[in-house]
Amino acid sequence: MTTQLLLVQALNGLQLGILLFLVAAGLTLVFGVMDFINLAHGVQYMLGAYLGASLAAATGSFWLGLLLALPAALLAGLVLEVLVFRHLYDRDHLAQVLATFGVILFLNEGVKLVWGAAPLQVAVPPLLEGGVQIMPGLQYPLYRVAVLGAGLATAGLLWWLVERTRAGMLVRAGATNAPMVSALGVDIGRLFTLVFAFGAMLAGFAGVLAGPIFSVEPGMGDTVLILAFVVIVIGGIGSIRGAFIAALLVGLIDTLGKSLMPDLMRLFLDASAARQAGAALASMLVYVAMAAILAFRPAGLFPVRAD
Amino acid sequence: MREAWLPLAVLLALGAAPLLGFGGSYETTLMARVMILAMAAVSLSFLVGGAGLVSLGHAASVGVGAYAVAILDAHNVTEAARVLPAAIGAAALFSMVTGAVAIRTSGVHFIMITLAFGQMAFFTASSLAAYGGDDGYTLYSRTEVWGSRLLGNRLTFHYVCLGALALTWALCAMLLASRFGRVLRAARENAQRVEAVGLAPYPFRLVAYVIAGAIGGAAGFLLANATEFVSPAGISWQRSGELLFMVILGGVGRLWGAILGAVAFVLLETWLADHVAHWKMVFGPLLVLAVLFLKGGLSGLVVRRHG
Repeated sequence: MTTQLLLVQALNGLQLGILLFLVAAGLTLVFGVMDFINLAHGVQYMLGAYLGASLAAATGSFWLGLLLALPAALLAGLVLEVLVFRHLYDRDHLAQVLATFGVILFLNEGVKLVWGAAPLQVAVPPLLEGGVQIMPGLQYPLYRVAVLGAGLATAGLLWWLVERTRAGMLVRAGATNAPMVSALGVDIGRLFTLVFAFGAMLAGFAGVLAGPIFSVEPGMGDTVLILAFVVIVIGGIGSIRGAFIAALLVGLIDTLGKSLMPDLMRLFLDASAARQAGAALASMLVYVAMAAILAFRPAGLFPVRAD
Repeated sequence: MREAWLPLAVLLALGAAPLLGFGGSYETTLMARVMILAMAAVSLSFLVGGAGLVSLGHAASVGVGAYAVAILDAHNVTEAARVLPAAIGAAALFSMVTGAVAIRTSGVHFIMITLAFGQMAFFTASSLAAYGGDDGYTLYSRTEVWGSRLLGNRLTFHYVCLGALALTWALCAMLLASRFGRVLRAARENAQRVEAVGLAPYPFRLVAYVIAGAIGGAAGFLLANATEFVSPAGISWQRSGELLFMVILGGVGRLWGAILGAVAFVLLETWLADHVAHWKMVFGPLLVLAVLFLKGGLSGLVVRRHG
């Protein structure tokens, strides 16, 4: 393992972490403010990817596709909120898990019906083709750098929105004590809808960005969803800061684990056994990290709620 | 227990079915699936409704039991006297280790950490290349009982599954009615008061978790024999979600509800899959509607009608 390869893998890990953060940010806000488990958040990421891919194909421009996919993802989030999720806020977690599980089944299959089961390919926009030199003799794809930058910019924007604006203050207050915010005269229902739609848009944005990197296919949201849950549980439910740090952590652990584990295992095992054991261990690594963190800090790294 | 006439009727119907002309290969395979999943669902209902532990990783204990059968089969051990204790023991051990960590958390964190452990089991199973890896493992033969191929007989296997289901129901009901069960239920309602009385909920919950896991392992033993095939797909978190849905559909708080839930779930799934091309698009919304409008589950409907 050379330093160059390590650097590339670390960058890949950060970029996966950024995408995870975009998905997890909406999830942690919805979870924190409304105490609502939304398993269907992953399909909103998938929906974003599909909308971005087909709108880009229809308009002939990745940028137009991105621009149109964002409001479309927002709208999809609003529709889901009004039709289904709104009726689940006062139900227990079990009911929420199951109803949103039903939404996953529906949308995963619906996507197959509309776009077919085969993965879609999304081309990297011409502006971001090629690579940048990050070290002498080492090229890194420009698009991935752009994703990293866009994600960081969005994280910054989100931080500003949550920490420095009135709406953000209400969101933070809602995450700490929703009934109190409501008692102070804030229309908590409207706040919920707003947060929800915004979270759906962020997930959709992540989906559009992921399009040219990963394949766009039914069920692509499920893996991301589970990882995003790991992120918000590690970070502390409701905490944007926690989600950011945990997302980068999970992205790095997952990516570096997948590239380093097989080599590490080779120290103890023969080549083919090392490859298998390494791959299995690498896939498990984030869950091991989560279990370890929860065992010592049952409320995550940055708990928001006082209780 | 007066309201339990319906599940008794279901068990009787399952017992009589092969004698009434439903003894064909298709029908018995379907009924075996119903009974085995019902067994897993009843043990999950014992956890969810009895102890208040909402596990999103129950399929893992079923999977551990099933893989115990597969791994022993690969090493030419097919004697039930050895395979069944191994399956149950492995699942109980898995539950004890994971439960010891998971039960330290509560609420949403418990749901997530059981999901994480389930994913670990899933990735471990996918990496077992010697036992099929991702593709799964086909058994050489069904488990033998004292050297005879008793379980190979369709009818015998049917009644073994029925007996196991009835036994599971009786065992869980007895446990819940006992002093042990009373402590569990009290801790579910108010853990602090239980502590004030001088009882620590933790060991009670852990024992309940291990018992449910052991039953899951027994269900896994039967499932592996029913299909003569074991694959990681059976451990996926979607399967855990399905088990949880059977419990909800049947009604939390009534053990026998899980039997109704499993029957309704499997029959509906099979019927839809046979008749509708994109059946999940129908199944998903039905799930959502069931959660929204069927609050006491199917068993709640029955009780209300006769209450």
